[in-house]
Amino acid sequence: MELNVLWFILIAVLYIGYFVLEGFDFGVGILLPFLGRTDLKRRVMINTIGPHWDGNEVWLLTAGGATFAAFPQWYATLFSGFYLPLFLMLIALIVRGVAFEFRGKDDNPRWRALWDWCIFFGSLIPALLWGVAFTNFVKGVPIDANMMYTGGFWNLLNPFALLGGVVSVLAFTLHGAIFLTLKTHDEISTPARKIANQLWVPLMLALLVYTVVLYLTTDVVNRLGWNPGVVPIFTVIAFLVTGWFLRQKRDGWSFVFMAASIALAVITIFRILFPSVLVSSTDLAYSLTIYNSSSSDYTLSVMSTIALIFVPIVLAYQGWTYWVFRKRVKSNPQELHY
Amino acid sequence: MSVVTLSQIQFAVTTIYHFFFVPLTLGLAVLVAIMETLYVRTNNEMYKRMTKFWGKLFLINFAMGVVTGIVQEFQFGMNWSEYSRFVGDIFGAPLAIEALLAFFLESTFLGFWIFSWERVSKRLHLAAIWLVAIGSSLSALWILIANSFMQQPVGFAIENGRAVMTSFLALIQNANVWVQFPHVIFSGFTTAAFFVMGISAYHLLRGRTEVFKRSFQIAAVFGSLSILMVILIGHSQAQHMVQTQPMKMAAAEALWETADPASLSIFTIMDQKTGENLVDLRIPNVLSLLSYNRLTGEVRGMKDLQAEFEQKYGAGNYIPSIFVNYWSFRVMVGVGFLMAAIVAYALYNVLRNKSDGKFKFLSLFPFFMILPYLSNSTGWILTEMGRQPWVVYGLLKTEDAFSPNLTPGMVLTSLIGFTLVYGLLLVADVYLLAKYAKAGVETAPQKAKRTTDEEAYWE
Repeated sequence: MELNVLWFILIAVLYIGYFVLEGFDFGVGILLPFLGRTDLKRRVMINTIGPHWDGNEVWLLTAGGATFAAFPQWYATLFSGFYLPLFLMLIALIVRGVAFEFRGKDDNPRWRALWDWCIFFGSLIPALLWGVAFTNFVKGVPIDANMMYTGGFWNLLNPFALLGGVVSVLAFTLHGAIFLTLKTHDEISTPARKIANQLWVPLMLALLVYTVVLYLTTDVVNRLGWNPGVVPIFTVIAFLVTGWFLRQKRDGWSFVFMAASIALAVITIFRILFPSVLVSSTDLAYSLTIYNSSSSDYTLSVMSTIALIFVPIVLAYQGWTYWVFRKRVKSNPQELHY
Repeated sequence: MSVVTLSQIQFAVTTIYHFFFVPLTLGLAVLVAIMETLYVRTNNEMYKRMTKFWGKLFLINFAMGVVTGIVQEFQFGMNWSEYSRFVGDIFGAPLAIEALLAFFLESTFLGFWIFSWERVSKRLHLAAIWLVAIGSSLSALWILIANSFMQQPVGFAIENGRAVMTSFLALIQNANVWVQFPHVIFSGFTTAAFFVMGISAYHLLRGRTEVFKRSFQIAAVFGSLSILMVILIGHSQAQHMVQTQPMKMAAAEALWETADPASLSIFTIMDQKTGENLVDLRIPNVLSLLSYNRLTGEVRGMKDLQAEFEQKYGAGNYIPSIFVNYWSFRVMVGVGFLMAAIVAYALYNVLRNKSDGKFKFLSLFPFFMILPYLSNSTGWILTEMGRQPWVVYGLLKTEDAFSPNLTPGMVLTSLIGFTLVYGLLLVADVYLLAKYAKAGVETAPQKAKRTTDEEAYWE
C-alpha cells in the first residue's frame, strides 16, 4: 500500500479512537446538569469517566501530531484556517480538563457549580465544533492556489456546518447516556436509559436531514456515487440496531453498536474525502490531497514503522485499563476520587 | 501590532505558562515514585501517607500541565503555518512520536494510578507511577528532539524550499539534544526537590515531623544530585552554544568585539543601538576558560558575527535583544548557583539529623520554592529569544514563519483569551495547591465524618 494512503487511514483510525472514546466523555459532560441533580450524582457521573478522559484526549493530540508529521500542509492550512473555532475548542478543552481535577477538591458549592459549568460547556462546545469542522471538510472551504485559507470565521459557521454540529452533539450525548447506563447503578442508569431513548429519534431525524442536505448541496454524488457502498449503509444499520437494543435494555450491545455507528460514520466521511483532506470551494484543483500535502516518503516510512509498533501497544494497555475499571461506579463518597 | 509580533507574544505567554507546570511534573513524578517504592519495599504505612500527600499535589499540578499542553500541539499550525510547512517533514515526527509514546503512557497510567489504590496489587500500582514518570521524561525527550532541530538543524536537506528529513537517526543523535535534554530533566528534578523541601519546611516548623522530616531528607538528597547535574551539564551546554550559536553567547555576554582571551561580564549596561557598553565590569580570561576549559581561546563578538551573517544570509539584523539575553542568562545561572548553595546547606542539616528536623533558616525554605521557576523560565527565554531572528537557526527567520491568513484582530482575540483563562486558572491552581499543601497528611481514616457531612450537605 502507498504510504500516503496508509497515513490517511491511520489518521482516520486516530479520529475514530478519539470520537468513540472522548465522545462519551463529552456526552457525560453534557448530561451533567440533566442527570446529575445532586452533587453526589454529579460526582458519580464524573467518576465514570475519571480514569479515562485524559487518556482519551491523547487520541486527539496524537491525531494532531500525526497530521503534522504525515501531512504538514494539511496541518498548517487547517489549523491556521480554522483559527478562531480551534481557539474556542482549546479553551473549552482546557477548562473542562482542569474542572475534572479541581471540582472535587473543595466543598464550597459555588466552587463546584463553577467547575460543573466548565465541564458542561467544555464538553458541549467541542462536541458541536467537531460536527461543524467535519461538515466543512466535506463541504469545502475557500482555499487559494497557495493552500491558504481565505475565508473568515463566519464562513465556517454556515447553516449546513451547524446542522453537522447538531448531529455531533446529539450523537455524543446519546453515546454518553448509553455509557452511563453501563457504568452506574439504577439511580442514574435508569434515567440515562430514558434520555438515550428520547435522543435516538431526534438524532435519526437530524441524520436524515443531514444526508439529504449533503446530497443536495455538495458533489458527494460524484465522489461516492448513487450507491454509497457498504460503509454508509452499515452506519445506518448499526444506528438502527443501537435503537433496537436500547428499547430491549441491552445496554452493553447498545454501547457496542453506538460505538460502531460513530466509527462507521467517521469512515464514511473519510471515504467521501479520499484522496482529498481539505476540499477547496474556490477551485477543486486547489484542494489539499494526501499527495500534495504529505511529507516525504522517507519521513512517512520512518513514522509508519513507529506507528505500526506502538499503536497496537497503546491499544492493548488502554484497553486493559477499561477492563480493570469495568465495574459500575457506586454512589459511595469514599470510593469516589473526583 | 503585527500578526508576527502578536503571535510571538502569544507563543511566549502560552509556552512559559505551560512550562510552569512541566518541570514540577517531571520531578515530582519521580519523587512520588521513589516514595511509593519505599512504601512497597518497607511496608511502612508512613510512606503510603507520604505518597498520597505528594501525589495529590502532583495531580493538581499535572492537570494544568496536560491542558496547557494541548495548546502546544496545535499552535504551530495555528499561528506559524509557514513554519509548519517548512519544517513539517522533520518537526512533526517527534511531536507525533511524543504523543504516541509518551502522552498515552503517562495519561493512561496516571488515570490508572489515581483510581486503583486498594484495587490492584501494590506492585502493579507502583509500576503505574513509574510508567507515569518514564512517560513524562520521554515526552521531554521527544519535544527537545524537536526543539533541538530549531537550535541546530541536522539530518535534513532543502528541497523545493522546504526542509526534508534525510536521517531520523541524526535527528535523535543531534548533539544539542544530549546537552539540552539532561539539563531540562535535572532542572525539573531540582524544581520538585525545592517544592518538597519548601512545603515540608512549612510543616516541620509547625512540629509535624511525621512524614515531613523524611520528605525533606529525600528531597534534599535528590535535589543535591540534581542541581549538581544541572550545573555540570549547563556548563557543557554553554560550551556547545559557543560552537553552534556563537551569537547567542556573545549577546548573553554583551561581547561586541571578538576576543582572545575573552572576559566574563560581571555587570554591563549596554546600548544595543550604538553597539557599545556604557558600563562594563569584566573578569579577564574567564569566558575563554568557561568556553574551552583553558585560559585562552577565541570567543567571537557580535560585530564580527553580524558581518559574517550578512555575508552568508544577506542584509539584516542578526543580533538578538542583548538586554534579554544578558539578563536571562544571569538570572538563570545566578539562581542556579544560589539553589546549589541552598541545597548543600539543606543536605548538611539533614546529615546532622536533628530529631525535630528544624534548623536555622528553615523558615526561608517555603520562599525558596519560587527559585527554580525563575531559572526555568529565564533558561527558556534565553534559548528561544537568543536564537532570534531565526526560528530555525540559519534556515528560517521568525518573520517568515507566521500564518499569513491571520489578522492582528484574530491573534489579539486569542492572546487576550488565553491570557485571561490562564490567569484565572493560575489563581485556582495556587489556591488548591496552598490548601492541600497546608492541610498536611491525612492521618486517621476520616471516612465516617465525610460521608455524613457530605450527605447532609448535598442531599
